[in-house]
Amino acid sequence: MVQALPVREKITTWVNICPLAAILPNTGVCALVAGQQVAIFRLGYGADIYAVSNYDPFSKAFVLSRGILGSRSGIPKVASPIYKQNFNLLTGQCFDDDTVSIPTFQVRVVEDKVQIVVSE
Amino acid sequence: MTAKKNLVVIGNGMIGHKFLELMIAKKATEHWNVITFCEEPRVAYDRVNLSSYFSGKTAADLSLVTPGLYQENGIQMHIGDKAVAINREEKTVSSANGLKVSYDKIVLATGSYPFVPPIKGNDTKGTFVYRTIEDLEAMSTYAKNCQVGVVVGGGLLGLEAAKALQNMGLITHVVEFAPRLMPVQIDDAGGNILRAKIEALGISVHTSKSTTEIVSKNGKVTKMLFTDGSELPTDIIVFSAGIRPRDEIARECGLEVGTRGGIIINDYCQTSDPNIYAIGECALYQNLIYGLVAPGYQMAGVVADIFNNITTSTFTGADMSSKLKLLGVDVASFGDAFAKTPGAKEIAMIDAVKGIYKKLVLNQDGSRLLGGILVGDASAYGTLMQFVQNAIALPPHPEDLLMPPREGKSATTAMGVNSLPDTAQICSCNNVSKGQICAAIRENNLTDVPSIKKCTKASTGCAGCVPLVTDLLKAELKKAGIVVKNRLCEHFSYSRQELYHLVRTHNIHTFDELIQKYGLGLGCEICKPTVASILASTWNEHILNQAHVALQDSNDYFLANIQRDGTYSIVPRVPGGELTPERLIVLGEVAKDFGLYTKITGGQRIDLFGARVEQLPHIWKRLIDAGFESGHAYGKALRTIKSCVGSTWCRFGVQDSTSLAIELELRYRGLRAPHKLKSAVSGCTRECAEAQSKDFGVIATEKGWNLYVCGNGGMKPQHAVLLAADIDKETLIEYLDRFLMFYIRTADRLERTATWFNKLEGGLDYLKQVIIEDSLGICAELEAQMAYHISTYQCEWKATIEDPEKLQRFQHFVNSDRPDPSIVYVEERGQKRPAKEHEKFLFTASKS
Ligand code: SRM
Ligand SMILES: Cc1cc2nc3c(=O)[nH]c(=O)nc-3n(C[C@H](O)[C@H](O)[C@H](O)COP(=O)(O)OP(=O)(O)OC[C@H]3O[C@@H](n4cnc5c(N)ncnc54)[C@H](O)[C@@H]3O)c2cc1C
Ligand code: SF4
Ligand code: FES
Repeated sequence: MVQALPVREKITTWVNICPLAAILPNTGVCALVAGQQVAIFRLGYGADIYAVSNYDPFSKAFVLSRGILGSRSGIPKVASPIYKQNFNLLTGQCFDDDTVSIPTFQVRVVEDKVQIVVSE
Repeated sequence: MTAKKNLVVIGNGMIGHKFLELMIAKKATEHWNVITFCEEPRVAYDRVNLSSYFSGKTAADLSLVTPGLYQENGIQMHIGDKAVAINREEKTVSSANGLKVSYDKIVLATGSYPFVPPIKGNDTKGTFVYRTIEDLEAMSTYAKNCQVGVVVGGGLLGLEAAKALQNMGLITHVVEFAPRLMPVQIDDAGGNILRAKIEALGISVHTSKSTTEIVSKNGKVTKMLFTDGSELPTDIIVFSAGIRPRDEIARECGLEVGTRGGIIINDYCQTSDPNIYAIGECALYQNLIYGLVAPGYQMAGVVADIFNNITTSTFTGADMSSKLKLLGVDVASFGDAFAKTPGAKEIAMIDAVKGIYKKLVLNQDGSRLLGGILVGDASAYGTLMQFVQNAIALPPHPEDLLMPPREGKSATTAMGVNSLPDTAQICSCNNVSKGQICAAIRENNLTDVPSIKKCTKASTGCAGCVPLVTDLLKAELKKAGIVVKNRLCEHFSYSRQELYHLVRTHNIHTFDELIQKYGLGLGCEICKPTVASILASTWNEHILNQAHVALQDSNDYFLANIQRDGTYSIVPRVPGGELTPERLIVLGEVAKDFGLYTKITGGQRIDLFGARVEQLPHIWKRLIDAGFESGHAYGKALRTIKSCVGSTWCRFGVQDSTSLAIELELRYRGLRAPHKLKSAVSGCTRECAEAQSKDFGVIATEKGWNLYVCGNGGMKPQHAVLLAADIDKETLIEYLDRFLMFYIRTADRLERTATWFNKLEGGLDYLKQVIIEDSLGICAELEAQMAYHISTYQCEWKATIEDPEKLQRFQHFVNSDRPDPSIVYVEERGQKRPAKEHEKFLFTASKS
């Protein structure tokens, strides 16, 4: 049967995930946020942070946080570590297949703490 | 703004879905209210690959519809609801579930149904057809208690069904009415080769047989009787004797249908009612039903264009040429395969040993190709189709086209893409011409195949046209005066070799420094691992150091091989394949304690699978304590040096191959290279270690050792070449040091030694000059580089375990100690294995 679309709800709470230093520059980590696996990436050495779902729709494994970060024409992206499809970190859109995109999450750094929005 | 009009699409099979997809892509859904009736209990799936349902694919895997696609685009989908009547006066469609919708236009995409011949007993319990997932499910449930199965019909679908029966463990027969298999596509000679191949797979083939009756006992099928008086006992029968268009709804509302069925359409795919269109297998165009997807896709494209007010597209018939893989056997039939054109001549080749049949049909003067048949090897299909479709003049000896391509040169390159006209269809899956591809390249300044795919859709189907598209791209860039520079990626306008020299000569130790000085942007999954490998080959620093960790490919990132479910495998080094009983026991104990799947690898060592990231350091602590070290199975690095037992035990051995293999493996362990490096040492010419298939291989002789280089197993096996004969061990090591470093310096990214060698100008003679005669005067430098590598070697895992900072990353969640809950295992043959998607579902369902 056809799956229902994930319902994105209004902003609710920001929750603390980890200190910024827990994410090495130019790498990602996976966080457990309200039962969901979220991949959080730190681009460069500062607080340039992105969050997308950790689920790789191509391999069906929860691994995107382990992908290599980079850019395509200036757009930040991550490559799946399994079959190397690339995803736009701003929108979740897959670069290699227009019909695929992954959920993104709101994320910020406050006082060196990485925070994510949890919808209820 | 005018109100949206109603478009009702009946049928959501492969073609119905393609049509909706095109409507969405062209944004026509903004102007039309699209309502679809889908009789089956699920949206469109890949019927062509239906059989893969038996090899573990799930309904979800086969689905063609991205979840959410229809809803997001406002398409009303009525799943499991059949459209039962069209009222052309009221302009309404009513459905089995009692819905009634009014329409402005209708598109019929109702497909076809399997034809069941009118044989007595054809509805007995135990008879099946093969078209939907439900058919397959019913068939496989019933077949559980069966031993013998018969497929009626030896065409394309019949052979697919036979494969399914055989996969379910049944003794399988195929019964065909015609004197040969696949009578529509291939001739007698091709049919014989195909038959031999299929019989070799254990399937019995009976041709020229016509069934008179199906006999049952207790209401179940027991045997079949034939007109020639013979009979065949069976428990299950699958009918696959052709298809019939599903035109019932069209018939009942008075649309014109063909005498043998099928909804008659014109060049616009319009039926006799201009408001109703028909596409796919239900449509009859010039007395033909096209039982293939490609023509259906073309029809879908024509109608989608019409709904976008593009009136220039028409359907003018489609080519029935096809290339298939049936039971693992290639079969292709194209153009005038049966030489029906007056004056046509044939050239054929039969190789009964390899099971290959190839036939070309030429025009009267032998200058043009009209069609052909290929069985057993259809690799030339793409090229031959180009000759037919574009009426290209044949080379002077057309029979050469039947021979396998010579090393490195495919028939296509011999022909040259430049000689193709602009109208040449390059991608037959998506009907994209050479002209379209070249225009897209020029107008959008495309420089790689992925962008061409996105822009033109070419190569997004079976991918068979990728080599042609690549050739076109190269030719087009060359024409534009763009030097086809071996540019690594968008971040570096240098080749790997150039970057290697920049790193060495400018003493660069980090990626950041390199990209700041010589690159652009942030890097990507191509340049980061390439530079990481160059840095490791050159400076040999730990790859998980802060400066390098973010560059590493998935495997190097956790010093283990990532598996399909996101867990990892562990392969400790077993130099030369020699392993003490104590260590063997440790491996067993560790596997047991951590619940790992164990397997002997093809590289003479042991692989432990299914470790989660957070377990890796604990497992390695145990292994290192027992004296193991990293085997670099995860790296583009030296892998294994296999050995045979050699003169120590073997009665034929002339040298101690095991000791040499161990010595070499310990010498070169940890060496990172453009691609992985494999090796072997054999104790005599019987070559039990298979050294001649390795990047470097050594074979013992009475007088010393023979050194072979640049062999390959794997994807394209190639024999190694003899670099030096009867040399002593010291000379051998000297040559090897030089050879390996020379390869590391000059090879391209992900280029194995064999491919590198094939491109090396001057070939073996040149290689000998450089390595043995030192013609470039670099041998001392190469040896020094190797000495540096050997002196700086460290076990990557030992260093990691001793460094708390590096260990910090070995955790699945940054904010929780829980393991990844998505990893699920089931048991098979006494060990665990990753659960398949449907098993995961069962598992979670039964748990909750
Ligand atoms: C484990 C093993 C299969 C097994 O169960 O036996 C294996 C497993 C993989 N092989 Fe292999 N190969 C294994 C022996 C081989 C051999 C046999 C040998 O080494 O003697 C070959 C042919 C020899 C050769 O390389 O020339 C082989 C030719 C390949 C190739 C084709 C390489 C080529 O250039 O043609 C690939 C693909 C690639 O590297 O691009 C590949 C790639 C892979 C990958 C890395 C695929 C992947 O990306 O996941 C697999 C990693 C699985 C893992 O997690 O360990 N594997 N693979 C074997 C490990 C040997 C070891 O102890 O290290
Ligand atoms: C096992 C197998 C292997 C094949 N292999 C190949 C191959 O290798 N190459 C190739 O080119 N082709 C192959 N084909 C053929 C290919 O699958 C068909 O050409 C293609 O599916 C036709 O698409 P369609 O949409 O016209 O029909 P279908 O895919 O049959 O879809 C029609 C749909 O409409 C529904 N429908 C019918 N009437 C109504 C109604 N009144 N209301 C609502 N819904 C209705 C049906 O239930 C069905 O779901 C294969 C087919 C099979 C069965
Ligand atoms: S042959 Fe293919 S499937 Fe088997 S291990 Fe090698 S890469 Fe994996
Ligand atoms: S021919 Fe199949 S994708 Fe192009």
